[in-house]
Amino acid sequence: MPLALLKAGFRSRAKAPPRELPATPDLRKSYDVVIIGAGGHGLATAHALATTWGVRRIAVLDKGYLGGGNTARNTAIVRANYLTPEGVTFYKESMSLFETLSQELDFNIMYTRKPHLTLAHTDASVRTMRWRAEVNKHLGVASELIDEAKVAAIEPCLNMSRDVRYPILGALHHPVGGTARHDAVAWGYAIRGAQAGVEIHQLTEVTGLRVEGTRVRAVETTRGTIEAGQVVQAVAGASSLMARHAGLRLALRTVPLQACVSQPLKPVINSIIVSGSLHCYIWQSQRGELVMGGAVDPYPLWSTRSTLDFKEGLMAHMLELFPFLAEVRMMRQWAGMADMTPDFAPIMGKTPLDNYYIDAGWGTWGFKATPVCGKRMAECVATDTQPDILKPFRHDRFTHFDQVGEAGAASVGS
Amino acid sequence: MSAARLPAPFGRLVDRERSVTFSFEGRRITGLAGDTIASALAANGQWMLSRSFKYHRPRGLVSAAGLEANALVQVGHEPNVAADRRAITPDLDVRAVNTFGGLDHDLGRAIGLLSRFMPVGFYYRTFYTPRAAWKVWEPVIRRLAGLGTISPKAPHGYFDKAYLFADVAVIGGGPAGLAAALAAAEAGAEVLLVEDGPVLGGSATFARPEPNGVAAVEALAARVQAHPRVTVLTEAVCQGLFADHWLSVTQGNRLNKVRARSVVVATGAHESPAVFRGNDLPGIMLGSAAQRLMRLWAVRPGREAVVLAGNDDAYEVALDLAEAGVRVVAVADLRADPGSDPRVGAVRARGIAVHAGTTVAEALGQDNHVAAVRLAPVTGPGTFGAVGEPVACDLVAMSVGYVPATALLTQGGARIVPDDATFMPRVEDLPAGLFAAGSVGGVWTAERVVEDGTRAGRAAAAHAGHACPVPGPVAPDGEGRTWPIPVFPHPKGKEFIDFDEDLQVHDIIDAAAMGWDHIQLLKRFSTAGMGPTQGKLTNALVQGLLGRVTRQVAPRVGTVTIRPPITGEKLGHLAGRGFEPRRLTALHHRHEALGATMMVAGTWMRPAHYGPDLASAVEAEVAAVRQAVGMIDVSTLGKLEIRGPDAARFLERIYTWKYETLAVGRVRYVLMLDETGGIIDDGVAARVHAEHFYVTATTGGVDRVYRLMQFFNAQWRMKVDIANVTAAYAGINVLGPASRAVVQAVGTTVDLAPDAFPYLGVREGEVGGVPARLMRIGFGGELGYEIHVPASQAGALWDALIKAGAGHGLRPVGVEAQRVLRLEKGHVIVGQDTDSLTHPLEASLGWAVGRKKTDFVGKPALDILEARPQSRRLVGFALDPAAAVIPKENHLVIRDGRIAGRVTSITRSSTLGKVIGLAYVEPDQAGEGTVFTVRADGGTLVSATVVPTPFYDPDNARQEM
Ligand SMILES: Cc1cc2nc3c(=O)[nH]c(=O)nc-3n(C[C@H](O)[C@H](O)[C@H](O)COP(=O)(O)OP(=O)(O)OC[C@H]3O[C@@H](n4cnc5c(N)ncnc54)[C@H](O)[C@@H]3O)c2cc1C
Repeated sequence: MPLALLKAGFRSRAKAPPRELPATPDLRKSYDVVIIGAGGHGLATAHALATTWGVRRIAVLDKGYLGGGNTARNTAIVRANYLTPEGVTFYKESMSLFETLSQELDFNIMYTRKPHLTLAHTDASVRTMRWRAEVNKHLGVASELIDEAKVAAIEPCLNMSRDVRYPILGALHHPVGGTARHDAVAWGYAIRGAQAGVEIHQLTEVTGLRVEGTRVRAVETTRGTIEAGQVVQAVAGASSLMARHAGLRLALRTVPLQACVSQPLKPVINSIIVSGSLHCYIWQSQRGELVMGGAVDPYPLWSTRSTLDFKEGLMAHMLELFPFLAEVRMMRQWAGMADMTPDFAPIMGKTPLDNYYIDAGWGTWGFKATPVCGKRMAECVATDTQPDILKPFRHDRFTHFDQVGEAGAASVGS
Repeated sequence: MSAARLPAPFGRLVDRERSVTFSFEGRRITGLAGDTIASALAANGQWMLSRSFKYHRPRGLVSAAGLEANALVQVGHEPNVAADRRAITPDLDVRAVNTFGGLDHDLGRAIGLLSRFMPVGFYYRTFYTPRAAWKVWEPVIRRLAGLGTISPKAPHGYFDKAYLFADVAVIGGGPAGLAAALAAAEAGAEVLLVEDGPVLGGSATFARPEPNGVAAVEALAARVQAHPRVTVLTEAVCQGLFADHWLSVTQGNRLNKVRARSVVVATGAHESPAVFRGNDLPGIMLGSAAQRLMRLWAVRPGREAVVLAGNDDAYEVALDLAEAGVRVVAVADLRADPGSDPRVGAVRARGIAVHAGTTVAEALGQDNHVAAVRLAPVTGPGTFGAVGEPVACDLVAMSVGYVPATALLTQGGARIVPDDATFMPRVEDLPAGLFAAGSVGGVWTAERVVEDGTRAGRAAAAHAGHACPVPGPVAPDGEGRTWPIPVFPHPKGKEFIDFDEDLQVHDIIDAAAMGWDHIQLLKRFSTAGMGPTQGKLTNALVQGLLGRVTRQVAPRVGTVTIRPPITGEKLGHLAGRGFEPRRLTALHHRHEALGATMMVAGTWMRPAHYGPDLASAVEAEVAAVRQAVGMIDVSTLGKLEIRGPDAARFLERIYTWKYETLAVGRVRYVLMLDETGGIIDDGVAARVHAEHFYVTATTGGVDRVYRLMQFFNAQWRMKVDIANVTAAYAGINVLGPASRAVVQAVGTTVDLAPDAFPYLGVREGEVGGVPARLMRIGFGGELGYEIHVPASQAGALWDALIKAGAGHGLRPVGVEAQRVLRLEKGHVIVGQDTDSLTHPLEASLGWAVGRKKTDFVGKPALDILEARPQSRRLVGFALDPAAAVIPKENHLVIRDGRIAGRVTSITRSSTLGKVIGLAYVEPDQAGEGTVFTVRADGGTLVSATVVPTPFYDPDNARQEM
């Protein structure tokens, strides 16, 4: 039995366990770095600034509870099998950080490798999968276009019949894809960040930014105004609203993205199955729930309401792939707000303002980037230079038509 | 068996004349028609239904209403069936879920022994050192988790959907809902009443009847059922209330989608359990569960009962039990003073001991059932004093308070706020058109509930446009019904506050102490409320406890949202019959008759090739086109009619090239960009009249093109009419040197002479007696006619062409051969030879951009893109005939170890006798004769040489014949 559990087990009931997440402290008048948004990205950035770069006086502000935005709502899939060399390089670094994140944070984030299969139902998608596989392999990411027989061997309960609307012709097999417990990633960064001196201010909404010339001087919040040396925004669904406070316009549309889980079942699906043609994906969590999602809603909206249409469309397609799931019961559905860029790649790094940094454009794909975002955004803030790996993701690439065409690998959520 | 059953009027749902036999854990069990699985088992003395999720403790009914996971069982293939809701049918095969070796001998019990080593969130603290540990533990954890099983062999049953419409939808068929339905119907509204149970009446069907109460509710139900404007759905669950009063209601295997003008939620309230050591033993249940067992199914819930009271309703339970022959050993009343309600008096009068200010401190079990309780005085919130001797009993009935079933109201946009007077949440800010009636809205006593239902029904009818007088609000009367937070931690633990997730009181207290003290964080960290029933029964207790330990007042604690669905919605319900559109061309059956192998092309099906063997079919089909004549069904092409004085100007703005100067009777290529200069579609525009263009788009792209045309013209307001006529016309491409002869032979009013109808011309006339539009185009680079005719007449034309072509070597040609033909001509396929960012210069389509034009979609971007150094170019290439491996599409061009491009199209051309293709290369490698390297399968590097396109007939002499 692991030691931690032994210790906990023999602790007296009457004694409260030690507090690991500090209570929200009073706001100070000024901080060296203010990070807006206590999602995974904001917390990881704060953690890296404190632990790697020795920055003191960091405040992370969130209008809600920590990790309560898209970090709490995503479907926890991590992978590196993107299409562009820029994207693959970036996500590959994130995956390698995930490998050791539990040990680094001394908190089990339940990073679990699972075969990740992106199904190809048409010859056009077979071609796209081959493209991704070739780029991935070139950059050292395990990825292979496989045929029907191999698909069936990896996920035997898939319906491989040819007599369906979209027969499975093959798949992109990414053996090193996986999942991690999304909340735990945020919590781990929060706990270890707080130990290193990061202040986490929950229920503290940023209502404005005081910009003078090319600098952000102060951050206005529902709990008072604070001066800041440097300011980072990492607010996902609220990115364009926040950027507007700084006088910046971002190439973003905010669109609801929904997901749902079934009631818990004994293990039946072992891999992560994604179908672009059928707009759906599924995996089974450690708790036994089937975690399911699809593409973003067909219209932009600042709302996290759930719809019936979403579930109907999703399940019609899901049962094409897994007809035997018809009797399984749904447990809950929810939505997040995805900040979508035109090229399906993020917006990161420096801005025209001297001391303002952006981490946005995470759309449907940002959970898997949490560790690399923390590491590289912190580097960007601490050195005030755009790290090479972030250069392709500059916010002004859209004005220069320098896009990173990731649509072929990111258009179905996750 | 009937010995266990109570006499009538108990058991209103069971038919004592009809017995039903099924199996449970392999044993034969006989119940009565009308029983649920759980009631039949209880009648047979089987109280344990499951083993708990983590510790594998014995569990039984708590609510008898599907509110906790304890009652989930496996029924045949179907996992997680609520045994307390599913009616028995002959030969049901019912098994317990999540046991290792069966319910009685579950080996999982061993885990329970380790419970002290599993503090809240323990899995975050362990299993990750060394790194390989998680790989070992994760599969173990997965196997331990999860309840029922689903087999990949499970059949996909029949599910369907229906659409229903109502002026007023009423959810809940208790007294409030009945009154609301009747009032709304009487005001003239069409009403849909949705009731979860098998009969109308709600709590009145099982609660202790008031004098004349049963008769009054039955009369009300009868009037509702008889009313011509009311439709009643029973055994139907409203799973969700979505925007604009869009309700999903499951009933059997059907999903009803309901649009209502107004909605009345009359879902009532359910009882809340008390939390004390051992409170999860089978035999410990809500007072209302005991009443349900007796009144609905005639099951005696025990022999000797202790009633735990927090309100006067508990005394009704005590009286009901006593009348059913259960010996009520004691009533433990949490209240210091039980008060002077006549019901309390009636209980005392029966000689039942009433202990005021007393709680159950601990329940003791034997043989997987409660066997005794220890009582203790309540000394403060959640604390008790000296614990008494065991009091033997086999039933503990808890009636300590209620939680209104507000989930649908919150989904509908109402706010739920805690209320310190009633200790129950209160509904506020109901949006227009949404109404609450009865106890969900805080109104409790029988007459007032009916009054409140009537008010809500009328208000809903008025909102739906049926004017009627609406009475004023009915004052809430919920005070004194709910004992605040009946959660009693015990020094030795095992007080369960979430049955689904097997959480004890100290799990919640510890999680809060560790800093997870925001209700959402607490929920996520401890998993309280995350189980199959989403904490319907216990969320309020968890919130209360959090408030107590963090000394926060209720509004600060907040609540968690119960998201759809409510209960029992299956994936099959949502999928329904699965109507995935599959579009067939007018010639589909002819292709099938000709033995075509069909393939998916977007939403359409197209013939890939004729005959089973790809290689030989393609070779023969290509040869037919090159040497004789082929016939291709191009009906899936997008077709748009652009008409109006501004038609030409409109096309100039939408597409890159010039159309104002295009002569009537001529056809020109069209290329469409998005605003970033990326290519999104292509086709041709045929000018059939000065103000009328017939435009084609790609099969997969036409819907987007049509949408964008409308989108842009909503801004431009040009005088054009845009019609998507894709399905109205079929297209047949007759292609090859003999095509003119074949079309002539079919008979046409169009003069086919080369100078009368030259290449890139369009003509209208008749072909084979069918009105047609002919265009001299064709991807394939031979003399050819693309003939567009009304889809209904395509079959006749096809048959005529087949007949006329017989002597000319005519062959139908599929998509695969078409691809070879177009590649031989070096034509680009948008989407295959381009990606989301390709601009015309890169794709060698710069010739299709009107250089003098001042504006078209994508032009500003294109100007920028073209002005800067280019990074890639699409070129034609040929392979060294000795190449060991033939690359495939999307194999990469490698240069100095980096990615320098990719192959987008490649084929072995039998016409040319070599392998040709298109590839992106770096601009300095685009020159004719340059050799570049492609990495093929297995990493083999293959050399390719840039060659000019078209590969075939470079002077285009053949197509212009
Ligand atoms: C349904 C769904 C499924 C997804 N599935 C996946 C997946 O499988 N894999 C994957 O990689 N990605 C997935 N994603 C995307 C992923 O969740 C996000 O990209 C990622 O969580 C972004 O993290 P973040 O920390 O930037 O944002 P968030 O977690 O949203 O954090 C932003 C925080 O900013 C706060 N905030 C906003 N405005 C203010 C303000 N004015 N003041 C203070 N605080 C403010 C918010 O409260 C929030 O806590 C999914 C997203 C959704 C919605």
